[in-house]
Amino acid sequence: MVENIGMKPSRRGFLRTALAGGGALAVGSTAARAEGDPVILEPRPWNQFLGEGVDARPYGFPSEHEAHVRRQDVPWLTADPISSVNFTPLHELDGIITPNGLCFERHHGGIAEVDPAEHRLMINGLVDRQIVLTMQDLMRFPRENHVYFLECAANTGMEWAGSQLNGCQFTHGMIHNVMYTGIPLRLILAEAGVKPSGSWILVEGADASGMTRSIPMEKALDDCLVAFKMNGEALRPEQGYPVRLVVPGWEGNMWIKWLRRIEVGDQPWHHREETSKYTDLLADGRARRFTWEMDAKSVITNPSPQAPITHGPGPTVLTGVAWSGRGTIPRVDVTLDGGINWHDARMSGPSFNKSMHRFYFEFNWDGQPMLLQSRAHDSTGYVQPTKNQLREIRGENSIYHNNGIQTWAVDKDGRAENVEIS
Amino acid sequence: APTGGFGLGRLATVEEVAAWDIDIRPDGQGLPDGSGDVWTGEEVFVENCAMCHGDFGEAVGRWPALAGGLNTLERDDPVKTVGSYWPYLSTVYDYINRAMPFGHAQSLEPDEIYAITAYILYVNDLVEDDFELSRDNFLTVEMPNSQNFYLDDRAETELPLFRQSPCMSGCKESVEITMHASVLDVTPDTDEPAAET
Repeated sequence: MVENIGMKPSRRGFLRTALAGGGALAVGSTAARAEGDPVILEPRPWNQFLGEGVDARPYGFPSEHEAHVRRQDVPWLTADPISSVNFTPLHELDGIITPNGLCFERHHGGIAEVDPAEHRLMINGLVDRQIVLTMQDLMRFPRENHVYFLECAANTGMEWAGSQLNGCQFTHGMIHNVMYTGIPLRLILAEAGVKPSGSWILVEGADASGMTRSIPMEKALDDCLVAFKMNGEALRPEQGYPVRLVVPGWEGNMWIKWLRRIEVGDQPWHHREETSKYTDLLADGRARRFTWEMDAKSVITNPSPQAPITHGPGPTVLTGVAWSGRGTIPRVDVTLDGGINWHDARMSGPSFNKSMHRFYFEFNWDGQPMLLQSRAHDSTGYVQPTKNQLREIRGENSIYHNNGIQTWAVDKDGRAENVEIS
Repeated sequence: APTGGFGLGRLATVEEVAAWDIDIRPDGQGLPDGSGDVWTGEEVFVENCAMCHGDFGEAVGRWPALAGGLNTLERDDPVKTVGSYWPYLSTVYDYINRAMPFGHAQSLEPDEIYAITAYILYVNDLVEDDFELSRDNFLTVEMPNSQNFYLDDRAETELPLFRQSPCMSGCKESVEITMHASVLDVTPDTDEPAAET
C-alpha cells in the first residue's frame, strides 16, 4: 500500500517530485496555470513598504501566523484551572528544544509570583550547618548546563482505558525539553554538610500548595540540579522562577518549582504527593509507590490528529519525538500498517542523556489509509511496550506512567485519529 | 571552616527553621503539641472545608472526596479517599496544614487541624464520635490501606519483559481498529484558539 518505504532521494525521485509539485499547483489555481502565481507576479506589501524598526520588539514574539501554536487546556480534566495542567503543542514543534512560552504547565496552587529579592533557599535537618541562601548566593556556585525532558507522571494518563483525546498535544503534551543552567544539588548539600545518617531529602516549594516530595540521597547527589535558567533565560514564573529543582529522568512532580527548602532526613516523608497522588494503583487493589523513573516512550507528532496530511499522495515526512528516563534513544521503529511491518526511523540532532530525541521517516504515501505507530528503544535495551502489554501487568487504573505505543489512523484524505488497534 | 568549601550562605536561625520546617512524618516527627475531637472537627470542617468537600467529606462537584470508597480499589472505578486509600494519618495532618484550605493555606491552628483530622477519621468510620486526636495518641491510628503499597517493582516485573528484541516484519496476520477517540468527542476544539485568560 505504500511505495518506496524508507525513500532515498534519487534523480528519478527528484524529477517525479518536481512533476507532482507542478500538478498540485495547477489544481489549486487555474489562474496560476495560465499566467503564473499572483504572489510572484504581483508585489506583496513586504516587498514594497518598510517594516518595523529594531526598537519595536524588545522581547520578540512569534509571527502572527503562528498564533495557533499555543498551550491548550482541557477544562473537564480537573475541578478548577488552579490545580490543573495544560499541554505543549508537540504537533507544531520540531527539533528537541521546547520554546519557553510553550512549555506545558502543571500547578497545584497556581503560579507563584515570587520576588527574587525575597526568595530564600533553606537547607535544614541532618546537616552540619542549617543554612539560608539568597539568589545572589546561588549565583556564586559553579554551574552546569544540561538538556533534559520533564514529563508529568500523568502524561497519557487519560488514555489508560482507551482512546480519549484527539491530538498528540493532549495525549502526550505534558512534557517539555529545555536546556537548564543550574547548580549541582550535591554542591549545595555539601555546603550544609550532610550527616552520615542523612539518606533522604525533602524538597519543598514556596507556592500555596507547599509542594513536597521525598528523594533518596543517592539521586540527590547524582544528577539533580537547582536550576535558575531554561534555554538561556530566567525560568518563567510558571516554571518555578526564580529557582526550581531538576530531577533528570524522573516524574515531573518531583521537579519542585519555586524551591525554597531542602530538608535532610533518614527516611522518606510519605507526603500527599507520594501517597494519595503519584502512587500507581494496580488491578489487584495494591499500589506501587516511588515509581520515579519515566520509561522509554515516543509519539509521532506529524502526521497526527492536529496535523493531518494536507498535500495529498507523494513524498511525506513523518516525524516524532522519543525519550527515556533511563538513558538515551539510539533507535526508533515506525510502522505504517499497525505493526505488521516496522522500519528504522532516522534519528536527527543531538542525543543527550534523559532528553528528547527527534526522529524522521520519509516515504511516498500512496493515498491509502495507514495505521501509524512509533516504538522507542533506549540505551538500556528497553523497548517501548504496547498499551495492552502494560495493561496486562497493571490494569487500567494506575493513572500514571502510561508509556504505551500510540496509534494514529490516517484515512485516505490524510486526516488522522487517535485509535487503538488489535 | 565551612563544610562545603565555598562559605556561601549563612546559618539559619532557630526561629527561621521553625517557621518553615512544618513537615510531618509517619513516625510522628514534626507533630506539634495539641489535640482536637470529632465534634470540634465537625464545626471547623463545616466552616472551612465543607463548601468543597461536602459536610461529610463526600465532595461537592469535582472537588476531592475525603471519605468513603472502602473496598473499591479492585473495582473498575476505584474511589480513592483518605479512608480507602491513604496509608498514613501523618499525611492528612501535614497536607491540611501546608496546603488547605485551598486558597488560604497555613491559616489553621494545630488544635483545629487535629480536630479536622479526627473528623475525617470519623466520617470514614475509623473512630467513634467521642474520639479525640492528639500528639500523644496519633501513632495509635492505623489506616486501613497502609499495607497495600509496595516499592516500585518494574525492575523485576517489567524491564526484563520489555528488553527483548521485537518483531520487525510480518508481525501480525491483520490489524483492526478497536477504539476511536472521535466517538467520545471530548477534545477541546483546536481550530479556534481558546479565549485569553
